[in-house]
Amino acid sequence: MMSEWVVPVLWLLPLPPLLAFGAIVLFANRSNRLSHSLAIGAAGLSWLGSMLVFWRAVTTEHLAEHPFGGWVLWLPTGETWLTVGVQMDALGAVTLFFVAWTVLMIFIYSVGYHNFGAKRGVDDRAGLPPHGALVKGVDGHKHHVPSLEPMYARFFALISLFAFAMYLLVVSDNLLTLFVGWEVMGLCSYLLIGFWYGKPSARAAAVKAFLTTRVGDMFLLLGMAILYSLTGTLRFADILGNASVLAALAGQVSPVLGLSWAGLIGLLLFLGVVGKSAQFPLHVWLPDAMEGPTPVSAMIHAATMVSAGVYLAARFFPLLSAGWQPGMALTPTMMVMAVIGAGTALFAATIALAQDDIKRVLAYSTISQLGYMIAALGIGAYAAAVFHLVTHAFFKALLFLGSGSVIHGMEHGALHTGEHEDVQNMHKMGGLRKKMPVTFVTFLLGGLSLAGAPLLTAGFWSKDEILSGALNGGFVVVFVVLALAALLTAFYTARQITLTFLGTPRSKAAEHAHESRWEMTLPLGVLAVFAVSAGWAGIPETFPGLGGLIPNWFGEFVGGHALEHEVSHSPVPLLTSLLVSLGGLLLGWLVYRRQVAGAADPLAKTLGPVYSLLKNKYYIDEFYAWLLIRPARWLSETLVADWMDRRVLDGILHGLGRFGIWLGEVLRRWFDLPVVNGAGDGVGRGARWLGMVLSPLQNGHEQTYMLTAVIGVVTAGVAFILLVVF
Amino acid sequence: MQNHLLTWILFSPTVAALVLLLLPKNRPALLRWFALLSSLVPLGLTLVVWAQFDGSAGFQFEEKVSWYAALNASYHLGVDGISLPMVLLTTLLTPLALLASFNVEERVQPYLFLFLLLETGMLGVFLALDLLLFFVFWEVGLVPMYFIIQQWGGKNRNYASLKFMLFTIGGSLGLLLATQLMGAATGTFDLTELYRIWPRLQTLNLPIGWSIGTVKAVAFWAFVVAFAVKVPVWPFHTWLPDAHTEAPTAGSMILAGVLLKLGAYGFLRLVLPLYPAEAKQFAGWLAGLAAAAIVFGALAAFGQRDFKRLVAYSSINHMGFVVLAVAAAAKASNSAADALSANLALNGAVMQMFSHGLSAAGMFFLVGVIYDRTHTRDLEEFGGLYAVLPVYGSVLMFTTMGALGLPGLSGFVAEFLVLRGAWPLLMVATAISLIGLFFTGAYLLKALYKVLQGPLNERWVGKLKDMNRRELVVIAPLMALMLALGVWPAWLLEMINRAVALWF
Repeated sequence: MMSEWVVPVLWLLPLPPLLAFGAIVLFANRSNRLSHSLAIGAAGLSWLGSMLVFWRAVTTEHLAEHPFGGWVLWLPTGETWLTVGVQMDALGAVTLFFVAWTVLMIFIYSVGYHNFGAKRGVDDRAGLPPHGALVKGVDGHKHHVPSLEPMYARFFALISLFAFAMYLLVVSDNLLTLFVGWEVMGLCSYLLIGFWYGKPSARAAAVKAFLTTRVGDMFLLLGMAILYSLTGTLRFADILGNASVLAALAGQVSPVLGLSWAGLIGLLLFLGVVGKSAQFPLHVWLPDAMEGPTPVSAMIHAATMVSAGVYLAARFFPLLSAGWQPGMALTPTMMVMAVIGAGTALFAATIALAQDDIKRVLAYSTISQLGYMIAALGIGAYAAAVFHLVTHAFFKALLFLGSGSVIHGMEHGALHTGEHEDVQNMHKMGGLRKKMPVTFVTFLLGGLSLAGAPLLTAGFWSKDEILSGALNGGFVVVFVVLALAALLTAFYTARQITLTFLGTPRSKAAEHAHESRWEMTLPLGVLAVFAVSAGWAGIPETFPGLGGLIPNWFGEFVGGHALEHEVSHSPVPLLTSLLVSLGGLLLGWLVYRRQVAGAADPLAKTLGPVYSLLKNKYYIDEFYAWLLIRPARWLSETLVADWMDRRVLDGILHGLGRFGIWLGEVLRRWFDLPVVNGAGDGVGRGARWLGMVLSPLQNGHEQTYMLTAVIGVVTAGVAFILLVVF
Repeated sequence: MQNHLLTWILFSPTVAALVLLLLPKNRPALLRWFALLSSLVPLGLTLVVWAQFDGSAGFQFEEKVSWYAALNASYHLGVDGISLPMVLLTTLLTPLALLASFNVEERVQPYLFLFLLLETGMLGVFLALDLLLFFVFWEVGLVPMYFIIQQWGGKNRNYASLKFMLFTIGGSLGLLLATQLMGAATGTFDLTELYRIWPRLQTLNLPIGWSIGTVKAVAFWAFVVAFAVKVPVWPFHTWLPDAHTEAPTAGSMILAGVLLKLGAYGFLRLVLPLYPAEAKQFAGWLAGLAAAAIVFGALAAFGQRDFKRLVAYSSINHMGFVVLAVAAAAKASNSAADALSANLALNGAVMQMFSHGLSAAGMFFLVGVIYDRTHTRDLEEFGGLYAVLPVYGSVLMFTTMGALGLPGLSGFVAEFLVLRGAWPLLMVATAISLIGLFFTGAYLLKALYKVLQGPLNERWVGKLKDMNRRELVVIAPLMALMLALGVWPAWLLEMINRAVALWF
């Protein structure tokens, strides 16, 4: 097994994007064409390798018991070594599948998005979004068109590093290298969210993303250290695949809150997931991450970053659920996951209702959908969670790239007409279905999938799995909350599609918008195929009518080794799915289809003050600024740096100095002058000499005097001890 | 087989310094190149030692000559897997610091002379296997640094250099006393002897009148304070920001890169092996001080608006992890699980010393690079410089991430090992130190936020040149080593691990 061709492929999988990153940074950064060729070529290689690995994984029997991979000695630890290596199992394989596809599509899309081949704008500067260039059209008129991104090569370097980190994370067979990928991705998201670093909002968003996720990462790091110290290993196979280790961890009580060690470690790892996958209360960074270029948003929201969080939770599901069996009461850690996941799903969906920025709606929708996955893991519906992770990656990548295409088209219109509207505001759009037909159709498919439009779309199947998992498991509250969130999801999706594509244009920019180039529309088409078809891989056998027509490949492949067992498919979740999805879509369309330019949002009238609460995201950012950021600044700037160090510690020091000076004065007046001065000229000469030597110390700074005095005191004290004690 | 490689390493900088005095002082270029090239000699010799080093043995390349026969002190040198990485760090950073000083125009000859002398002082501490010799070199290293700050420093240099001097001397007075006490009690200063005799000593033939336990406890704290001042551990740290802020760039590089390691090395070489019982007794106190250094160091760094002061405080934050590891090792019992934790923690400590040497030297150098161009260190006066200094920006980003402990670079391996080793022994202190680690990210990102990102401060448009070749040559080895250690730490850690396993 070990000597097979697939293992070297697995080892090499993350490398091409890393090499592309290095090559672009060091050698190719002056040539845009070479840079994107390197990046896309590398992404293509990794894609090819991923497909080979995926195929090999799918065709391997008993993959769950015998995942393939290899390892090397990495870190000497006393008598033994910590090993690192690569491994592929079902969860890894399906993750690899969607990562490879979405990453490659995003790379290709970026060529068009950054206007490769266009002119450079005269005013364009590194660090700011391009402002457009003036060109002469065929008719002789000069007009503005989108211009080339000034940091084009840099962009491809950074997303290559990003892709490397995600591949590394997926192929890792241990928590340590997974964490390496995890953090490198954090760095990349920081650099890419702040790609246009000259914009104050972008740099603030970048720092916010890094630090918010770092809160979670600190817990994750601690969890990793504890896990390592208790088990002596970080390899998944040795911990998660070893029932006796899991039982031991679940059986011993930790010193924290009466949790078992498995519960404590699970909770710490989960807090890392909360940061990375933007769950409440660490969700605040994700909407602001929209400051980056749109391909980055797709990268963060679908292909890599947030998926990594859910991937980790799914990977550690055996630990998180250690000691739990279906039908039993949830462990405290699972309970926390279920509550946070379901709560976040609903909470983020409500915010999405009131957002006007096309990307922000999607951002909150991502948070909400991730909540579904976390909640599913929390109630033990492992396969459903992974299924939704996969389908969501496809349709959300599609929606983000689609929204980028819309923004791009709007920008084109805005530059053409010279109208400086906010090109991301959906109230300024409308009627784009005719201007951008490919974008419209693909976005519609992605939106339907997100809304869970029945039978056809991938989102329906995966969401239905989660809902039925919740009801069958007896978690009625979770079921109701998620169903309500699904209703809102369908509603805001219909609102978004209606406002953006249907009706008539509500601004000049929208009137003059036009379809994006093929580099952008091709990836939309490819992703749209998956956004629909990915769900067919997991149709439950018990589904009325359709079940069994296509085998439930996904459930068997991924869920085979998990604890769950499929109960008969109750009609309640299915009917609920149908109702909320279709009802929400219809309602959204009805409310927004007659929206005219300049009119207020109909929801604002209906909901009143609640609407502005939602629009302002429940004021959580403001609350955090008041509760955490301002106190942190006061703590560091005022309390520690100023009071503690300058006033207290240096104050004591300077006080000692002052005491030394006083002591010197006293000695001089009562001992030196009367006694020593009488002792003759020799001493006087000595003193003059001493004075000359010491005169540089007398430089007029009071502080110097004090410190001089300290040394005097210390020396005197030591001399005293020496004389008296010894 | 006895060769004199270590003596050559130790004194070749002194020889070079003396030769330098004979060279014409109005030829700065000649002086600089001579100093730089001659500082490559100890580096090359260190690499020779590295190549011949036997990981499974203890002290190697030993040399021993009687020195003060009356006191039974000897000139005894030797290296093991803990000191050799420090020797390498010293011989590596000195040439880089000299190269970084090529733009110093003022009194070049004495400046370079002092740097070479400083190198001997620092190497002596790492190489000495005799307590008195250790102390002599400990003090020798102090003098050149005092003058470097006092003569080539910034505006407030008198205050800063005096503070530096007094703090360190104040700390080392206790060290001197305790050293003498140990020598008098055991009749030897030889460390290999002392390791054997001192911890087991039950009676004291000295007319002090205290119990042996009290004497040892006092001597323990004398050692701890001396090293704590140097590391520096909270609350003995306030000399450091001042010294760094006023020191010339290369002085800061060496100060942060090597001098602070002297204190940490003292903990590993002297405190833990000589005072195991006392260390165990006071491990909780040490851990508390370490956690305070980590958290307060990070918070204070976050509160600065002077770029160099911010980086200076980051040293307190980072070196706190070394002390945390020392406290953990001190607390460990003889059980196999504790021994493994102690081993890992100390692996992490030595790794952190090396890694911080790289990243801190790099950070101070980069602060110097921007200061040379803008003549300010006020973070509020920069802004958006990435756009005009793309190479500098990327280098700064990389080095900052190294300091931040980004996985894939060296700091992460060190910090992870320390956390792993310290957790089972000191749970509360370890958990608290993570708060500090969070703020490590906060202050480093603050620096990047203020310097590189945001709207370009129009004041600098067209006035700044990107990094030149000389500057890139200084920073490149540091970056390469940070990456090499982060990706494949075994080449260094194996040596450290064996030495630590042998000792503790």
